[in-house]
This record gives sequence, C-alpha cells and structure tokens, in this order.
Amino acid sequence: MIMNQKISDDLAHIRSMMERSSRFLSLSGLSGIGAGIVGLVAGLTAIYLTRGSDMPVEKVRMSVGGGIMLQILILLGASALLLAIFCGCYFTVRKSKKLGLQIWTATTKKILVQLAIPLAVGGIFVLALLQYNLYGLIAGTTLIFYGLALVNAEKYTYSDIKYLGFLEIILGCLSLFFIGKGLIFWTIGFGVLHIVYGIILYRKYK
Amino acid sequence: MSLISGLNKEFESRVRLGIMSVLMVNDWVDFTEMKDLLQVTDGNLASHSTALEKKEYIEIKKEFVGKKPRTSYKITEAGKLAFQQHLAFLEKIMRQ
Repeated sequence: MIMNQKISDDLAHIRSMMERSSRFLSLSGLSGIGAGIVGLVAGLTAIYLTRGSDMPVEKVRMSVGGGIMLQILILLGASALLLAIFCGCYFTVRKSKKLGLQIWTATTKKILVQLAIPLAVGGIFVLALLQYNLYGLIAGTTLIFYGLALVNAEKYTYSDIKYLGFLEIILGCLSLFFIGKGLIFWTIGFGVLHIVYGIILYRKYK
Repeated sequence: MSLISGLNKEFESRVRLGIMSVLMVNDWVDFTEMKDLLQVTDGNLASHSTALEKKEYIEIKKEFVGKKPRTSYKITEAGKLAFQQHLAFLEKIMRQ
C-alpha cells in the first residue's frame, strides 16, 4: 500500500516535471480577456467610424472611404495590436511570478518562434493586400494567419489554444466570402472569441 | 516481490527522477533552468547529475558563454531506454 502511494507520487512527479519543463504554463486567461476587450473596443470603434461609408463591393477591391479613413483604420489597428500585446504580456508575466516559474526559458523561445512564423508571413501578406488595395480581404487574412499561429504553438502551452486557433481560422475563411463585413468578423474573432476564451482558460487554470 | 527488483535503483531519488523527466521531453537544458524547475540547491543538483552521468544516462556539457561557465544536460540513448523501462515497471506495479 505504502509502495503504491510512493509509486503514484513518483508518476505524478514525472508527469508534472515533463509538463512544467516543456509547456509554457504561465499563459493567463486574463491575458485573453484583456486582449479581447482591446479588440472589441477597437473593432466597434472602426465599425462606428466607417458606418457612413457604404463600403461598395467591387469584387475584392473595396473602398473604405478614401485615404484618410484608411490611415485612421490602420493606426487604430496598430495601436490595438500593441495594447493587446501589452495586456497579454502583463497578465502572463504576473501569473508566472505568482507561480514562481521562470519566464525566459527555452520553452518561451520555442513558443515565440512558433507563433512568429505564421504571423510574420501573414503580416507580409497583408502588406501585399494593402499594396494592391485589396482591403476587403485584410480582416479574413489576419484572422486566418493568427489562427494558424495558435494551432502551431499548441504543443508548447495549454493545448486548448488550438481550439481558439481553429475558430479563428474558420471565422477568417468565412469572412473571405462576406467582403464588406470584414470589421464585424474581425471584432468577433479578436474581441468576442478572446474574451470568451480568456474566461474559459482563467476558470480552468486558475 | 520480483517486480520491485526490476525498479532502477538509480531513479529512486526525486531529484534524479526529475532530471530524467525534464530531459526526456527537452533537448539541452542548462543548470539554472534545471535548478529552477526542480527547486533544488546547486550542490544537490550537481551531485545527482554527476551520478547520472557516471551511469551514462545523461551527458554533461561545460562551456563558456563570455566569461561565465555554463553547464548543460542532455539525456543519452541508454538513459532514455533505462528511464522508459523504469516507467514501464512503475506502471506495471500500479496496475496490480
């Protein structure tokens, strides 16, 4: 009996050591909620700003109401991205301190590289879309590449993030066929999904 | 009691079990990271890792990064095999 207890403790210890050393377990649900709120506010602001323009759909070439509006939207998107990354990092660093886990480890580097590959390719793809004024495809493209990045990084953190990744990919693909409604898809994907997901993650891994 | 004799004496200590577990799922892991993961003292980690190296279950690499010495660990093929056998025994006993 005592022997069995010792062995089951040993097995639990082995499992926990393997997990702690190979997965980034500091990811906080609050990061998702924070980033989601930023996404939601930015998305709703963009929808509000563009409400006047009727977004005529000329196949894929979609006007967003002239150059100034485009610049405002890009600025809004970029600041939302920075703020979301800041929220994400802040709560995650806080959690890792609370858990007493190291932040900058080999696993952290691995997960960042796995995230960065699809994101960098997606970024270049979006630049090309901007170059050719294919604005209608941008929302879908960002959702798809972000989803791919999450699915790719799944091995190195809570594997639950792959489901969020799949949802982002599905949403992105759908949005490609509803050109003109990109901002709505974008707001759902980066706002609503992040918040819902953050809450689930937070409750599961408090 | 024949089953218990199959357990590897080298893996009786928690620290050794921890070192082997971490190295099973990672490539090179350096001293500081290992110490943080296992939450053990420098001396404790050093003595257990040396014992595992003597058995040729792990490989220890010492190098200089700038002026600082850095020690890293990696599991050997023999170590992997021994640990897998140990795990199989543990599971067998649990199932009885």
